[in-house]
Amino acid sequence: MSLSKREELLLYKKAFELRKDIINMLTNAGSGHPGGSLSVIDIIVVLYYKIMKISPDIFNTEERDRFILSKGHACPALYAVLADLGFFEKNCFDSLRKLGACLQGHPDMRRTHGIEVSTGSLGQGLSMAHGKALAMRLKKLEKQRVYCIMGDGEMQEGQVWEALMGISHHKLDNITAFVDNNNLQIDGTVDQIKSIYPIDEKLRAYGWYVQTIDGHSYSEIYEAVLKTAEKKGMPSFIIAKTTKGKGVSFMENNLAFHGTAPSSEEGGKALSEIDSVLVEIEKELSDNNGQ
Amino acid sequence: MANKLLGTRDAYGEVLQDIGKDPMVAVLDADLAGSTRSQMFEKLHSERFFNMGISEQDMMGTAAGLASEGFTVFASTFAIFATGRPWEQIRQSIAYNRFNVKIVASHGGISVGPDGASHQTTEDIGLMRIIPNMRILVPADYYQAKQMIYHAYKNSGPYYIRTSREKFPVIYPPSYSFTLGKGEILREGTDIAIISMGYMVHNSLKASDMLEKEHDIQPMVINMPTIKPIDTDLIRSLSSRVKAVLVVEEHSVIGGLFSAVAEAVTQACPMPVLRMGIEDRFGESGSSEELFGLFRLTPPDIADKVLEVLKDWQIR
Repeated sequence: MSLSKREELLLYKKAFELRKDIINMLTNAGSGHPGGSLSVIDIIVVLYYKIMKISPDIFNTEERDRFILSKGHACPALYAVLADLGFFEKNCFDSLRKLGACLQGHPDMRRTHGIEVSTGSLGQGLSMAHGKALAMRLKKLEKQRVYCIMGDGEMQEGQVWEALMGISHHKLDNITAFVDNNNLQIDGTVDQIKSIYPIDEKLRAYGWYVQTIDGHSYSEIYEAVLKTAEKKGMPSFIIAKTTKGKGVSFMENNLAFHGTAPSSEEGGKALSEIDSVLVEIEKELSDNNGQ
Repeated sequence: MANKLLGTRDAYGEVLQDIGKDPMVAVLDADLAGSTRSQMFEKLHSERFFNMGISEQDMMGTAAGLASEGFTVFASTFAIFATGRPWEQIRQSIAYNRFNVKIVASHGGISVGPDGASHQTTEDIGLMRIIPNMRILVPADYYQAKQMIYHAYKNSGPYYIRTSREKFPVIYPPSYSFTLGKGEILREGTDIAIISMGYMVHNSLKASDMLEKEHDIQPMVINMPTIKPIDTDLIRSLSSRVKAVLVVEEHSVIGGLFSAVAEAVTQACPMPVLRMGIEDRFGESGSSEELFGLFRLTPPDIADKVLEVLKDWQIR
């Protein structure tokens, strides 16, 4: 039920390799959202590489688990994972946010293989998860789950609370929702702009099974998600405490990188920081190899 | 037959009961299931009926989610709450994804009456018309409504269908067959064509009776049951058949049927297009009859307007 040290290191390595794709994509695009992509990538990596049953081969079948990135602006993180898993070629990255692109500025299911539903307008993903979970119950799909990741600023949307109320009313225990709680939104910190706290107490009052974890700890993410699959009769929510811009020192907790792409100079600096982390990870992995 | 009154929303409920035999049909409502008649589906197929409570935004998103899993989803509430409140959910979650969601909204227009402006909808057609991938149908009687629901069920993609609280006179036979995007000439005529939708079709027919009896004028009367895609071919052909068009609608004169007709005319066959509808204002409480009087949408009002147009444009 828990990850081995080696598994954890491999996820760490994967998430940092994919962070390079995110930086490259956004630097090349010249616009986009690095902060939220870097805060959410670790959760997406654990889901796609350790938890969910999903691959290009089974994507169009009932076998797949469903993933909705409700905070659609963090799509570079999802695109990096989908390309790595072979949903599309990595050369699509160059098209991000450009005319005729297979990778739109926000996820588009009609243009990008592997996108479950189009998102981008905040507050709408959880309701679509609601519909999917009802549908999966009607279809008697008992092994499959719906995963939905929201932003913390997104939780200021009224629709989210309609969905939270409806999902628990319907006792949909096949949903695991996350909030990527980096506490930053475009205009400032979440507690300053419009506080969502105490988010755990609110969610419990709405009838959800709630866990609060470190959203950059692969083992905490993994263990929390496994627990949600066991929880019967109620939906599950994971509050993932994260750092906006995680993995690049000058982007961390820096509002400037919410919705602004790095310049090529900044991109280069970010890549070399990530590279030095990867060197450390390789070292740890080879140390760990013998154990 | 001519005087028989039947509800378009009742047609909806009855067809839902029938197509509900398909296990991939699901129905949602937002606490108005009795009024919209979606409750008739619940009676027979309760496992696939979800009352979403007074949460229209979540209802449209949930409809999108169910549709993404292969269900044909019908979502209902009053027209104002079905189009105004969750407009962006319809745009983003349903239409952008081209999901198979049929929004069938009752109590369209001002005929909801005593409830007043908050519950009347004079903007719904305009709100839906501007959304890409959306098709818009407005039935003029019970049998047409039935066939529209079957049509929407059989054809993929998002639809908006406006039913009414009022019962409508029956003008089509039970064997009526609906074709998407086709206007229907109910009465041939000369000089002027009256184009309308929904309940106004009946008032237009009555106006044409009056004009014929009292003034020996025979306007062409057209029911335009598909507002989008509008029947451009029929509208174009009018320029060689009549000298003016009068659009009559239970909707704002901005964005609805008049706009759709005028857009088609100005692009292809310039000719006078006049309008009768709600003139850029909110409704108010009153019986539907009183309100049609207030907004000059009664048969005598339409007849007067026809005479005025014929005179102003020196058509007769």
